[in-house]
Amino acid sequence: MDTPKLKDQATPRHQLEELDAVTIRFAGDSGDGMQLTGTQFTATSAIIGNDISTLPDFPAEIRAPAGSLPGVSGYQLNFSSHDIRTPGDEPNVLVAMNPAALKMNLKDLEPGGILVVNTDAFVESNLRKAAYETNPLEDGSLSGYRVFKLPITSLTMGALEEAKLPHKQMERCKNFYALGLMYWLFDRPLEPTLKWIDQKFSKMPEVALANKLAVKAGYNYAETTEIFTTHYRVVKSDMKPGKYRNITGNEATAIGFIAASQLAGRPLYYGSYPITPASDVLHELSTHKNFGVKTFQAEDEIAAVGAALGAAFAGNLGLTGTSGPGLALKSEFIGLAVMTELPIVIIDVQRGGPSTGLPTKTEQADLLQVMFGRNSECPVAVVAPATPSDCFSMAIEAFRIAIKYMTPVVYLSDGYLGNGSEPWEIPSIESLPRIEVKFRTEKAGFYPYLRDERTLARPWAIPGTPGLEHRIGGLEKQHITGNVNYDPDNHDFMVRLRAEKVARIAQDIPLLEVSGEPEGKVLVLGWGSTHGAITTATEQLRAKGTSVSSAHLRYLNPFPRNLGEVLSRFETVIVPELNLGQLALLVRARFLVDAISFSKVKGLPFKVSEIVKKINEYL
Amino acid sequence: MSEQTLTTNGKIAATLTRKDFVSDQDVRWCPGCGDYSILAQVQKVMPDLGIPKEKIVFVSGIGCSSRFPYYMNTYGFHGIHGRAPTLATGIKTANPELSVWVITGDGDALSIGGNHFIHAIRRNLDIKIILFNNRIYGLTKGQYSPTSEFGKKTKSSPMGAIDYPINPLSLVFASEATFVARSIDTDPKHLSSVVERLARHKGSAFLEVYQNCNIFNDGSHKHFSEREVRDDRTVNLEQGKPLIFGKDRNKGIRLYGVKPEVVTIGENGVTVDDLLVHDETAPEPNLAYILGRMQYPEFPVPIGVFRAVHKPTYDALLDEQVSAAVTAKGAGNLEKLLNSGETWVIGPDG
Repeated sequence: MDTPKLKDQATPRHQLEELDAVTIRFAGDSGDGMQLTGTQFTATSAIIGNDISTLPDFPAEIRAPAGSLPGVSGYQLNFSSHDIRTPGDEPNVLVAMNPAALKMNLKDLEPGGILVVNTDAFVESNLRKAAYETNPLEDGSLSGYRVFKLPITSLTMGALEEAKLPHKQMERCKNFYALGLMYWLFDRPLEPTLKWIDQKFSKMPEVALANKLAVKAGYNYAETTEIFTTHYRVVKSDMKPGKYRNITGNEATAIGFIAASQLAGRPLYYGSYPITPASDVLHELSTHKNFGVKTFQAEDEIAAVGAALGAAFAGNLGLTGTSGPGLALKSEFIGLAVMTELPIVIIDVQRGGPSTGLPTKTEQADLLQVMFGRNSECPVAVVAPATPSDCFSMAIEAFRIAIKYMTPVVYLSDGYLGNGSEPWEIPSIESLPRIEVKFRTEKAGFYPYLRDERTLARPWAIPGTPGLEHRIGGLEKQHITGNVNYDPDNHDFMVRLRAEKVARIAQDIPLLEVSGEPEGKVLVLGWGSTHGAITTATEQLRAKGTSVSSAHLRYLNPFPRNLGEVLSRFETVIVPELNLGQLALLVRARFLVDAISFSKVKGLPFKVSEIVKKINEYL
Repeated sequence: MSEQTLTTNGKIAATLTRKDFVSDQDVRWCPGCGDYSILAQVQKVMPDLGIPKEKIVFVSGIGCSSRFPYYMNTYGFHGIHGRAPTLATGIKTANPELSVWVITGDGDALSIGGNHFIHAIRRNLDIKIILFNNRIYGLTKGQYSPTSEFGKKTKSSPMGAIDYPINPLSLVFASEATFVARSIDTDPKHLSSVVERLARHKGSAFLEVYQNCNIFNDGSHKHFSEREVRDDRTVNLEQGKPLIFGKDRNKGIRLYGVKPEVVTIGENGVTVDDLLVHDETAPEPNLAYILGRMQYPEFPVPIGVFRAVHKPTYDALLDEQVSAAVTAKGAGNLEKLLNSGETWVIGPDG
């Protein structure tokens, strides 16, 4: 569904107009608290029942020079009265706290959109840092937008006279002032944020007071002045009945793995080394030790996976997490996990690369690394959540597969999923799958590399079990006995057996579902975080009567067993990916289909309109 | 007090013998290798520890020494090059009831695995590390190692190695090791006594064994390790005793400022009272560090226990945090976790 434009109302003050959906972007210096402003607006919108989707976009530098272009931090959110899956293509509203933020973000604002600027920041030095030759507030370059020029800094300072805080600290409350303005403009309650401020700053009552004053002052200013003629209401969404919370992908990942541990009845062991954008998983898990979770901040990426593998040998759910560069370092250990056939899960929250690349930006370019980036024939299972809330379900899936098949599993998230958020319908415990753990204790007939007939899994025999003392390692194993063995035929057999074991996981995962007609002209095939944009694009086109279907892979190795058949039912298969065509390469190789790769590597997710345009080329 | 008292299960301890720790695999080290002696002493000590063999795990990296776990009839994990301490960390912290041993070599621990080695020791994880130091890469057929002497000619250094060697003991003292010892493959009695001390230490315990590679670096330690010269060229560290050595027990180590010197008892008015008295329990490792750097021929090579002090172990502290979290917040409740934070309900009418 198209987002209606905000109409300028030439009516008396404070008309209330109802809208379907709005996209706001808050942009400012990385020290201006834009992420906080965005998450507060998100939380409030979620609580009042809107559907939401968010896109935080921030620089890798903690504090690039104040006022500079590289220091701009943004937070975009789409809130709606109907079902939405993306943070919106073009913001309807842009809040720019300084010239650099304006410069970096104006190009995305919809024509005629609302632009709120903090005029106090438009001074000579800041204009120079943003490479403006003339002041855009005065040179007419903003005439295509509805510009609201507000001295937000001085208004904030004025409102905080009674707060006893140093000048600098008062100035830092200006993001809450801007939040207050937006709360009025979009008819949101202040209470959730006021409550949050009280909790967050309970030990700093002066700061709490100042922030509360700022948010209220912003709200009151908008209400009492005639600066905005209209304010808008986005009523609550017609979401499925149920209990909801707002959740980011990284939070859902962390609690998903805790759930896996609870469902398996075995402790979770998380070895990790700090890396953007995966560190939040470590932070979150380290606060849940009361679930028996052990977190180990290792000396490096290699130690993190090594400890996870050691913990798996000892009978824990061994988990490690990282991003692309860290995954490269873990490769040799993943090979050892394949050889020793132990159940570990490796989280890869992908980011822009190669090398250090774009640490805070999103990308999907590690797919081939996780598939093939190890020495020799080294198959692992690969799963990929499609949305922030799906991170929860796929975390459980990852361990269900790892344990059942005694294999490492890679869990491919990305920066957009990890940091993005959406409402999550909280599942009931009863609805979650059980994860069966069967440690071998039977001494008679035990060999370390015995095979389960159906899954080909070997027994999980953990240290501490009397009579099952055995040795495993990275050298080739003799079938059944697990003894070191260099026989050519045995090696050939074992290489094929390890491949077959991973391939057999296909018997244990759901079939690929197609949205739209089951056959026809165009199928859009995606994986991972492109789900929102692809689904929205194809639904929009179908609503206009076009024959276009979509399918989304959450299991990448092995593929769902009907994938080849699904692909064969369409004339054209388009594969949008945030890489140069990695899934497209895999499906072309596997199924001999002439899949068309649609790639983008800008560190940003697809816009719905980009995918619509691409599909239209083939209709 | 420098030793823990292991809980001994009398029954098990009484029934286990050295043979119970011998696996069914053929030992494939070269005949005459110093590794045989270390394996024999470890297998000899094991039954005396009173630990059921299913609770023992040997972990290794890559190299000749790293085949060791295959020959022990315990649980074993032959890992990848240099990474044994990371596997050991996961095994021990996941199940602190296990007795976890790391078998490594000079290349494995000090070159490719240097980072894991220092950090496992720094954390005082309760694991036992035995470093087989033969000052050569044996498994890859004879390249110089991080402990090879400067100028050493090998296959990869035909003009002589221009790397200065590392002193393993200096490194482990710098890593805040709580137990540090050294022994020699050709002195089985000394070796087994030190292995037993190592086993009974609670915390990261490190043992360097001077081990002979008779194929690629034969005689590397023989100048002080051979039976005929050992008494004169090594000094055995004994807790609370002066550092005396020599066949005639008439030589000793005296400290001159922070420099050690070799003196003869009875000459120039030197008496036993002038000698350095060994204290493995000293809170600071400074003196132990000085001893660790004494090298033949200037000095006798010290062997024995350099340092044995106690502090809480990483695995125990981690367990305590888990217990403390349960006490503070109650045992984890998944239902509550899923429903935490701000939640809202959408009814059937939207």
